[in-house]
Amino acid sequence: MNWLLVALGAAVGAPLRHLTDRAVRARHDSVFPWGTFTVNVVGSFALGLLTGVASAQAHLLLGTGLCGALTTYSTFSYETLKLYEGGAKGYAVLNAVGGPAAGLGAVWLGAEAAGLL
Amino acid sequence: MDIREQTPVVAAVAAGGALGASARYAATLAWPTAPGAFPWTIFLVNAVGCAVIGLLMVFATEAPTAPHPLLRPFLGTGFCGGFTTFSTYALDTRGLFGAGSPAEGVLYLGGTLVTALAAVVGGVAAGRALWTRREPA
Repeated sequence: MNWLLVALGAAVGAPLRHLTDRAVRARHDSVFPWGTFTVNVVGSFALGLLTGVASAQAHLLLGTGLCGALTTYSTFSYETLKLYEGGAKGYAVLNAVGGPAAGLGAVWLGAEAAGLL
Repeated sequence: MDIREQTPVVAAVAAGGALGASARYAATLAWPTAPGAFPWTIFLVNAVGCAVIGLLMVFATEAPTAPHPLLRPFLGTGFCGGFTTFSTYALDTRGLFGAGSPAEGVLYLGGTLVTALAAVVGGVAAGRALWTRREPA
């Protein structure tokens, strides 16, 4: 049952990441990977929010599953490397430093907001 | 966006993501880490996922023969994306700071970043050694 909750949440979270990335790419012609940046920040904020409100089962579905699969470290790392290899070294550094900083800020904001609720 | 073209891709991402997240969940059950302790399991999950996506992306984009078009959505965007996680990384970093170990928080924040980048570089290098034809000198 627990496993099913994680799988179900991820079966929504991963396509949501894919579709967000596609939508962002279609609208912004930038080498900076805004799609992955966006889902990582939104997913981190949402997981922060969940710290205050979720039951254990809701946490498996929405936290481990949905937020876990909505966000990604593998694509973040790969895109950082591709920026560097493509000569956009400044953007690579910006992504490598800004991604974790923004994620940490977002999870902190989410948890603070959950504390207020 | 062409729905007929996107449906199998989205389905492949969903299936891969569900499998990847389940594998991550299984890893946290097999090797649990206490709240406030260094999150070794997610640290290693993220490192492994980055190495795998490096390998896979070379296979999908640089190998002489193009693979099945659903391989990348299933294994890359889906499995690796669902296996690795940024949100839990951020939350656990905050947890380390909150547990009164800011040094461990910084170590986890920076250590994951450096290890993940090294892993993706290693995966890409291994993939190129395996599958990319060398340019004649």
